[in-house]
Amino acid sequence: MHDLIAITPLGSDVARQDRVGALTLTEVPDWALASVAARPGQEDACHAALTAFLGATLPGPGHAVAGGAFGAFWTGPEQWMIEASYTGHQDLAGEVKAVVGKNASVTDQGDGWCRFDLVGEGLNAVLERLCNLDLSRMGSGSASRTAIEHMGCFVVFRSAGASVSVIGGRSAAGSLHHAILTAMRAVP
Amino acid sequence: MIINHPLLGPRDAQEFTYLGDAALIERPDGQAEDAARQFYEYLYLRDNPAGKHRELWFHEQGDRSWLVVTRDTLTHEITKVELARDVARARGRGK
Repeated sequence: MHDLIAITPLGSDVARQDRVGALTLTEVPDWALASVAARPGQEDACHAALTAFLGATLPGPGHAVAGGAFGAFWTGPEQWMIEASYTGHQDLAGEVKAVVGKNASVTDQGDGWCRFDLVGEGLNAVLERLCNLDLSRMGSGSASRTAIEHMGCFVVFRSAGASVSVIGGRSAAGSLHHAILTAMRAVP
Repeated sequence: MIINHPLLGPRDAQEFTYLGDAALIERPDGQAEDAARQFYEYLYLRDNPAGKHRELWFHEQGDRSWLVVTRDTLTHEITKVELARDVARARGRGK
């Protein structure tokens, strides 16, 4: 095995953290992600398997749930992303596949995405500068894909108005981080 | 313009891309006797109504579902939005 050095999406060996006023923006590298798509005709079996796996009801359109070790958010009809901490779940896609079997298609997404957590009072003022989501409709446990600076991103509202995760393409991590940080500094 | 997505609620038209007439769902059978004729009509002969038009929109910056949107081409008023999946299934497609 090659002796590879693990780096974060922003290219450092430690997660980047920025503070602007009451807001904190944190890069989250200790995070695994896998997509699940139920196969036609197998939807019910897939739902049952995932519900048992998550220990929580599978989220419907526009929503996310946090179970024990795993979280999930809806990405499209009969499609979800499953989240976990990378520590202990390096093979998250394998874990999910073992549970859903032939009822769903599972793909490891961990290397394709980067996650930034924005925490603090007044973060809606930042989000309304970044995307056109209707924030008054996005309560705790909402999740939606939207465009941020022309990049397709998921925004998961862990706690409405207090804590969100912005998930974007890993190859554009620098641009996404710059966009969020610029918006944080633009808030009066 | 705002499109009232059947699953996600009202969303800005900026998140969508437009394909064209919803009749594009009705792709002809390539094995039919007159397949060439049918494909000629499918590809080139489209209605261009001044008024209500059923058209396909793709929620590209969203959940990536295809929608059949009924829009008035004179006023841009949107009167109906359906999932293209449901429209196709209602016609016995995509089992």
